[in-house]
Amino acid sequence: MPILSKLSRTLGSSRWLSPIAFLAVWELASRTGLIPQRTLAAPSAVAGTLAEMTLSGELPSNLVVSFERVLFGLAIGVTTGIVLALLAGLSRRGEAAVDPIMQIKRTIPTLALTPLFIVWFGIGETPKVALIAFASMFPVYLNLFSGIRGVDARLVEGARSFGLSQAELVWHVILPGALPSLLVGLRYSLSIAILVLVVAEQINASAGLGYLINNARDFLRTDIIVVCLLVYAVLGLAADGLVRAIEARALVWRPALLDA
Amino acid sequence: MDARLTFLELPEHRLYAPDESPTEPPVVRLRDFTRAFGANTIIDRLDLDIHPGEFVALLGRSGSGKTTLLRTLGGLDDAPGQDVSVPSSRAVVFQDARLLPWKRVWRNVVLGLKGENQRERAHDALREVGLGHRIDAWPLTLSGGEAQRVALARALVREPRLLLLDEPFAALDALTRLKMHGLVLDLWRAHRPAVLMVTHDVDEAIALADRILVLDGGRIAAQERIALPRGERAELTHLLRSKLLGILGGTATSDAVIPFPQGGH
Repeated sequence: MPILSKLSRTLGSSRWLSPIAFLAVWELASRTGLIPQRTLAAPSAVAGTLAEMTLSGELPSNLVVSFERVLFGLAIGVTTGIVLALLAGLSRRGEAAVDPIMQIKRTIPTLALTPLFIVWFGIGETPKVALIAFASMFPVYLNLFSGIRGVDARLVEGARSFGLSQAELVWHVILPGALPSLLVGLRYSLSIAILVLVVAEQINASAGLGYLINNARDFLRTDIIVVCLLVYAVLGLAADGLVRAIEARALVWRPALLDA
Repeated sequence: MDARLTFLELPEHRLYAPDESPTEPPVVRLRDFTRAFGANTIIDRLDLDIHPGEFVALLGRSGSGKTTLLRTLGGLDDAPGQDVSVPSSRAVVFQDARLLPWKRVWRNVVLGLKGENQRERAHDALREVGLGHRIDAWPLTLSGGEAQRVALARALVREPRLLLLDEPFAALDALTRLKMHGLVLDLWRAHRPAVLMVTHDVDEAIALADRILVLDGGRIAAQERIALPRGERAELTHLLRSKLLGILGGTATSDAVIPFPQGGH
């Protein structure tokens, strides 16, 4: 009896239990016909389709296309955000010039610009990359800007008393001090980039995860749709892991990370 | 004020050295120095000389202008059009150590220094303050006393002619503070910079300084020169403390307490 109760207690506190139970119920409902295949494919069918698409190369090749869109969009967006934040953060004149425009930009939901971007850039890769770039620019800008302004003035003054030039101050004190904020902004930017990717890929795509989903919808292939949803989720997790890895390296001086 | 400037004499000892005429020009020279923010005069026509190798303590209540004076001497505030001469080789130790948390201890020590062998120079300076083994530590892992010792090493590695200490031990516990007093004196004897230490601790000033200035209302309200060697000042401390506290506190009450006007019913 004690073994049984111990087992049930272990199972009861396990965080794996409820997801596995959820999958089991889902599978059972599919097998018994409670959930028809055209509404939602069974987990086993999804797993089979995932293996099949991976082996045939269909999934990897389309994943690469989507990945490139995010990468290019982020590269442009994050770089622009950093440059603008440096301009606004390091000089009052820069702030007066840049910040109002960025605040105006903030009020426009990026996705609402989709029609305009299609008119400007057509329906190829350009509007997709442009949307991701446009959306991912702001979190980096906002966080880095406030990070620069939030650097401890006493540290700046202390460093200045040792004869550091303006450029040395920026390099040794202000930028490292603003780095934690930049990384927070980067994390937001990555998740927004993936969100915008999902929508942008619905624009007449001929390759990529969005294309796979659109095709699957037309053929009622719910298994493929679920596979693509899984891939989006993995992309998001990977992006978060990437920033965490950068943080662990770049912010090694922080006590929380030192103790770990 | 004249009464305060007369030197106290005790029969057994000659406690105060006479003003010896200095052979070298002073490292710090202020004449008629005034600093005001708006209508608020912080420092009022102040004259100050600090000679090479002299250890000066600056006492004063909050708002007496001592921090403003130190900031001017440290080059943190400009003093345009004023008769102020300070050496370009100077270093400040602040009350909070102000180490950059994202640089290892030795990089903090040589911050802004040019030239070769930086790590070696940092190591020498850290050994002097007894922290040679923490050369690669991150600043946030240091205790308060250790951080302050790194700040001292960072100041001394520059071989300053003027060392400015802004209440450097105020945040430390009593025992650590006593150890730091000994360390500062050792470093001062080894390197011989002129020192200006801002403090509100009268005992600390008596224990460390050659000369004590009391700043009040932006002017030097009193100064005491102590000739007794450090370590033999126990007897003097008692007398001088009450005198200095009298100067500090006496003006405080006369400024702060406004008696009620008579017959104000």
